[in-house]
Amino acid sequence: MQKSWRQRFHLPAVIGTIPMILVAVGVFVIGIGFSVLWSFTSSKLFPTYDFVGLAQYRRLWADNRWLVSVNNIWFFGLMSITCNMVFGYLLAVFMDQRIRQEDLFRSIFLYPFAMSLIVTGLVWQWVLDPNLGLQETMRNLGWSSFSFAPLVDANTAIYALVVAGIWQGSGVTMAILLAGLRGVDEEIWKAARVDGIPTWRTHVSIVAPMMKGAFATAFVLQSVGVVRVYDLVIAMTGGGPGIATSMPAVYVIQLITVRQNVGQGMAAATMMLLPVLIVLALAGLVLWRRNRVQEAGV
Amino acid sequence: MAANGTSVSIQDLSLNFGAVSVLQTLNLDVAEGEFIVLLGPSGCGKSTLLNCIAGLLDISEGSIFIKGKNVTWEEPKDRGIGMVFQSYALYPQMTVEKNLSFGLRVAGVPKDEIAKRIARAAEILQIEPLLQRKPAALSGGQRQRVAIGRALVRDVDVFLFDEPLSNLDAKLRSELRVEIKLLHRKLQNTMIYVTHDQIEAMTLADRIAVMKGGVIQQLDAPQTIYNRPVNRFVAGFLGSPAMNFIEGRLEKDDSGWQFAAEDVRIPLSTYAFETEPVPGPTVFGIRPEHVALNSGSGWPFTATATVEVVEPMGSDTLVWLKLGKQNFTVRVTAERTPHNGEAVSIGFDPMRASLFDAAAGSRI
Amino acid sequence: MSAVQTTASRPMQEAPDQATPFGPKPRRISAGRIGIYAFLIVAALFFLIPVYIMVVTSLKGMPEIRLGHLFNLPGDPTFQPWADAWLHACTGRDCNGLSPGFYNSLKITVPSVVISIICASINGYALTFWPYKGANLLFGLLVFGAFVPYQVVIYPLIIGLSSVGLFATLPGIIIVHTIFGMPILTLLFRNFYAAMPVELFKAARVDGAGFWRIFIYIMLPMSVPITVVAVILQVTGIWNDFLFGIVFAGRSNWPMTVQLNNIVNTTTGVREYNVNMAATILTAAVPLVIYFVSGRWFVRGIAAGAVKG
Repeated sequence: MQKSWRQRFHLPAVIGTIPMILVAVGVFVIGIGFSVLWSFTSSKLFPTYDFVGLAQYRRLWADNRWLVSVNNIWFFGLMSITCNMVFGYLLAVFMDQRIRQEDLFRSIFLYPFAMSLIVTGLVWQWVLDPNLGLQETMRNLGWSSFSFAPLVDANTAIYALVVAGIWQGSGVTMAILLAGLRGVDEEIWKAARVDGIPTWRTHVSIVAPMMKGAFATAFVLQSVGVVRVYDLVIAMTGGGPGIATSMPAVYVIQLITVRQNVGQGMAAATMMLLPVLIVLALAGLVLWRRNRVQEAGV
Repeated sequence: MAANGTSVSIQDLSLNFGAVSVLQTLNLDVAEGEFIVLLGPSGCGKSTLLNCIAGLLDISEGSIFIKGKNVTWEEPKDRGIGMVFQSYALYPQMTVEKNLSFGLRVAGVPKDEIAKRIARAAEILQIEPLLQRKPAALSGGQRQRVAIGRALVRDVDVFLFDEPLSNLDAKLRSELRVEIKLLHRKLQNTMIYVTHDQIEAMTLADRIAVMKGGVIQQLDAPQTIYNRPVNRFVAGFLGSPAMNFIEGRLEKDDSGWQFAAEDVRIPLSTYAFETEPVPGPTVFGIRPEHVALNSGSGWPFTATATVEVVEPMGSDTLVWLKLGKQNFTVRVTAERTPHNGEAVSIGFDPMRASLFDAAAGSRI
Repeated sequence: MSAVQTTASRPMQEAPDQATPFGPKPRRISAGRIGIYAFLIVAALFFLIPVYIMVVTSLKGMPEIRLGHLFNLPGDPTFQPWADAWLHACTGRDCNGLSPGFYNSLKITVPSVVISIICASINGYALTFWPYKGANLLFGLLVFGAFVPYQVVIYPLIIGLSSVGLFATLPGIIIVHTIFGMPILTLLFRNFYAAMPVELFKAARVDGAGFWRIFIYIMLPMSVPITVVAVILQVTGIWNDFLFGIVFAGRSNWPMTVQLNNIVNTTTGVREYNVNMAATILTAAVPLVIYFVSGRWFVRGIAAGAVKG
């Protein structure tokens, strides 16, 4: 047919989205491509194209600092996502009880999210500072043996990060889940009440499963945040004590700036990308199959 | 090229979305000044066809002529069409006047000409007092008038209506229906009107195109479509309550052709066959208003049935009967209402019936 | 008939029982209600106490802080720490306070927000109404970008920006923020436009308006709500950013967050907690003001950004 090129590529639309084309292709395809490429080279301060195979990956997985970082991210991720979800859901459920001053409570639970993670990190660094914060206060109140200094202990510092993370982020989880709760049909609650189902049971068996979308949203949001956690660590612990709270995100930045080892840094970055790619591929597959089923139904 | 006096001509039009075929080698010629209604259930492709004519959807194959000009790949604005949408699609941030003039301003029409056209449209549609209001401050009926006005000011040959009355309540709908009819009489434009409402179709159309599955099933004057549907789908889609269908066989004996089902045997001597009849599985259809209740034995076919439900509708009454095992609906005038459980006699003339091939569904 | 007889034949003393409702009358304030409020108030304290500590400490002098009564209100409130934080606090050798960082953040945030929203709204509009061949693939890549760890993209961006001389410059950091804001904002605008009635777009096309005219005259005036959401999202996001600021802005353009971290975490000698905390509050002030002014819009922004993400 004489269907013109003009109709397939409406010129103004292409021109208008040039920035998008540049970003999508230039940054997220070519950029990532180069990162992966450099992970197979011996690049130090500047990229080179001296390929060394998997040597950088071997060195990476032999580096104790990286192993600690990987452990930390799993631990931090599981802890903070679980706590965030549980605490956020509880807050949402309690907020949904037709309470007074709902807006006030909502503002209080949410405001930390408006603040930078740097600010969050510093705030909690002070609250937990043994010479200034809770420990000193309790001792001054007469409890001289009181000891609470999680940040100076390599075993506990990561818990402090989790607490700060919850402080900053659980309000958002609450807001998302509350929106989900409010989205559940009012008549579901009435029906459950008429059927004589206890409230907690309604929550667990009926309402929570209906909120799959809200939970998924909150989960995705937190997961993305966990993988990217950088500012919080820098402000609160600097990765310390020692390397106790190092994270992959911190590790990569250190390698490409302070330690000037781009090759290995890119290997670490590629390792960070891998789980994201796998999850996205799975999600994409599920969506694609669902679309296929829908199209077949038309 | 399109024949003389043809306003819109669609030739072998196909539209595919990926592997899904939405419209299949469709042909339609609309005469100058004709009012065509595209009627069908949702998903039949009627709105899609209208969007193709408007140029809002790129077709896969075929061509579209408007006023003899091939507009297949033309931009919507250059096709000489105006369009009225179901949701009115008024620009919410513009006043009525600006809504009406937007297209003209885009086209660079001189100011006094714009003013003239708006004044004319506003007068025809009686929306002069509304010109400075925003759409949010209008009622549904007023919005629809403005939407029609937007097509009017374009001064085009062909009007396209995409279910324009579906968002209105029943009373307003019948009022605007009459207005659209008057408008058509006054303007004498070609109008192509999409609806799923058979009353709109019957009342407005010069010809109705009944569509299903992306194919035009029948294109005819409303009365022809109603009385002589070409297939079982068309027969069942038009009319409320639906046509009575009895499944059985076509047989021939000494007295001529007969329709035989489990409980009834209908002589077909008065029926005008469309095709040469052959014995075999057949569906017999007759509309509820073509059946008489308790009116003697003068009919070519009479039988006794039991009243199941009586539904008084005000002007007339629907009687749901059991004829043997068959369900049967009859429409009678309000004053001749039988009681539940009563045994009644029914009678009709097969001349008014329709016979369909059981397998193909086509009219016999 | 029969129902009336049954009632009449019932013994007289049963009648009052039928008249009173079963079960206890609900109390106005039950134990459960108290529990709900107790939980909420304890939770609220958890969220409020750290900031309470910051505010009171920032108003105390150093001697009073050394006494160690963290929760006490300042005995002798002073705004000197706030003035010091703004004008004199030291980052390494420079002692100009936070104010240069504030202006840098301003210089970074305003153009970044404007440019990223313009780009994203055009993207969302084009993707919804004018999808060209391959546009959805591009969008897929962009959404993928929303999930990618920044670390994978940072180094190529450093190299790319250096090669055109924009690394460690103001335009450089603005470009970086535009890039990283694009996925989520495009998603936001696309979903917004996708929820708009298509017929509006069709009507405008029948009226003869093209890509840009429909965008500017029809779509933009209707995009106010989503633009407000996007502005809130971007202003807080960019103001709070640390990583891109420290990597891409260059020393002379370091935003407030970077300056703050330097003031607090790199000082040698005596730690001036009151000044540090005042500096922290100042850094958090802009997004907090936006948060409290915008109220529900802020929540909507997070939800909008997240729900479809």
